[in-house]
Amino acid sequence: MLRYTAKRLIQSFVTLFIVVTAVFLLMRLLPVEGYFGDGWDKLDPSQRTAALDRMGLNDPWYVQLGHFYAGLAKGDLGTSIIYRRDVPITEVIAPRIPYSMYFGITATLLALAVGLSLGILMARFKGRFWDKTGTAYIVFVNAVPSAVYLLFIQLYGTDLLSLPLLFDKYKLSSWVLPAISMSLGGTAGYAMWMRRYMVDELNKDYIKLARAKGMPNKQIMVRHVMRNAFVPMAQYLPAAILSTISGSIYIESLYSIPGMGGLLVDVIQRQDNPMVQALVLIFSSVGIIGLFLGDVLMAIFDPRIKLVKSEGSR
Amino acid sequence: MKGGDTDSGVVPGDDIDPGLFDFAEFDENAGERTGYSDYSYWRSTFKVFLKNRVAVVLLVLLGALLLFTFFQPFLPGQKLPTKIYIDPATGMQLRNQTPNAEFWFGTNSIGQDLWSRIWAGTRTSLLLGFIVGIVEMVIGIAFGAVWGYVRKIDRVVTEIYNVLNNIPTTIILLLMAYILRPGFRTMVIAMCATGWLGLARFVRNQIVIIRDREYNLASRCLGTPTKRIVARNLLPYLVSVIMLQTALSIPGTIGWEVFLTYIGLGLPVSIPSLGNLVNEGRLIMMAPELRYQLIFPTIVLSLITISFYVLGNAFSDASDPRNHV
Repeated sequence: MLRYTAKRLIQSFVTLFIVVTAVFLLMRLLPVEGYFGDGWDKLDPSQRTAALDRMGLNDPWYVQLGHFYAGLAKGDLGTSIIYRRDVPITEVIAPRIPYSMYFGITATLLALAVGLSLGILMARFKGRFWDKTGTAYIVFVNAVPSAVYLLFIQLYGTDLLSLPLLFDKYKLSSWVLPAISMSLGGTAGYAMWMRRYMVDELNKDYIKLARAKGMPNKQIMVRHVMRNAFVPMAQYLPAAILSTISGSIYIESLYSIPGMGGLLVDVIQRQDNPMVQALVLIFSSVGIIGLFLGDVLMAIFDPRIKLVKSEGSR
Repeated sequence: MKGGDTDSGVVPGDDIDPGLFDFAEFDENAGERTGYSDYSYWRSTFKVFLKNRVAVVLLVLLGALLLFTFFQPFLPGQKLPTKIYIDPATGMQLRNQTPNAEFWFGTNSIGQDLWSRIWAGTRTSLLLGFIVGIVEMVIGIAFGAVWGYVRKIDRVVTEIYNVLNNIPTTIILLLMAYILRPGFRTMVIAMCATGWLGLARFVRNQIVIIRDREYNLASRCLGTPTKRIVARNLLPYLVSVIMLQTALSIPGTIGWEVFLTYIGLGLPVSIPSLGNLVNEGRLIMMAPELRYQLIFPTIVLSLITISFYVLGNAFSDASDPRNHV
């Protein structure tokens, strides 16, 4: 267990290193004009060179990369150039972290609770009302792009429930719909897999034996079927975290939540390169950490996983 | 029972009348007959598929929709998707006309015909989806097959896969679209950069699992050529996954396109696409009387994505040899 965790941790660090390096180098491919906002045209060539020198953009890429890592080690992500001129990025981001964390965690928990319950209901009443409703919901959420149905939820959901259209941190009611919206994709995923695993489990011979020996249905469901179906479910936690991250980028922007996802959309639209770079790195790190935690959790639930993992079939 | 018979001293079969029996004739072809099965993979696949009524209805609907999408510009009385229509009486643009006899789906905020824009947009988005789907399929299968067959590289490639798979797709997509110049090619590159990964892993896992199954070993021992083993024993198991992934990449691509357009990294506004149409509709959605500009593209978009999703799943179930009787 400890060995697996250590191995997985090293793997995560390697991934993080590769991602940071790749993102940094890719961002260097962009034209340097992007680092001056609107001021580029007003500068004459000597001023341009001087400014580039000052920002270190004329150095060879490995020197820039070295500076960047040195900055990262001190917790410095660079400075914003357009969004909030010359303000350190950490300062811009810090007040936004709690919002993103609140919505991310709430949505993950909500998806887990609702999704698992729905999956259990669907398996319990297979082929009946709950199963059909749940299947329709899953097909809808998986097939229709989230960018479309989330828009309609905002448009008609706020109308129908007379909730505020945009986020306002002082109005508690405006926290509800974004959190629910963010959980919808995860809910569908959990429900689908929970149902599948429970149905698989229900078809096994030991369930027949339990029935034959007169075990009450409720007890079979709770003690055997659900318990065994929970084990493979753990592997969907990382995927759900990743989907919550992508969801948060869109939803935070849609409801004007002052979190990091909305900020990413803002700075992409305003082409603030250092901010885009910093936020992309933060989101990748969150994703990598989420996957790491999910994998470790899975290994705790099911010791057999190590064997499968080492062969690389996730 | 048998012991009892022997004890009584009667030879079994003594009391049977030989007149009741005939000698069987030996027929060499009879042996062939039992060994032959008229099982055909594709016939069984379609048989199972046709049993799924919802899927068949959706297949007809989608077929009609696709045909219409590609023939719409050649039908009589169609308007141009990018032309701005001007009222001859006032010289003003025909802005935000609600649906009427002239403009079936109304006009948008600068006076373009929404009906023809929707079909032009559907063409763009479907083209994008098909291209991405095919590229992903080719790369995914080729990469997955090599990964699965060549045992030496398995460890290394698996580690590379783990690294790539740990990066959120959204982030890769955003970064690619941000760095490259917006356009059709950028969209294709950005979406293909991530999509093939999942398929490659599926193909690899299936090949590793099936390659050394007993029936394949038996086949190899009996001297079946590798080509036939691949075509008859391996491919049928892969068809279902490959078709599913390819079918799902079309709703996926359309979804990513809408998302990227929202962020401002989509196709240029001069190219009508479903993403651009939804985004244009979103900008004016606060006026209830103009919501038709959001709702019409959404209906077409949802019909297409749901059809592809359901059909992909139905076909994947049908093409799985385990579901054949």
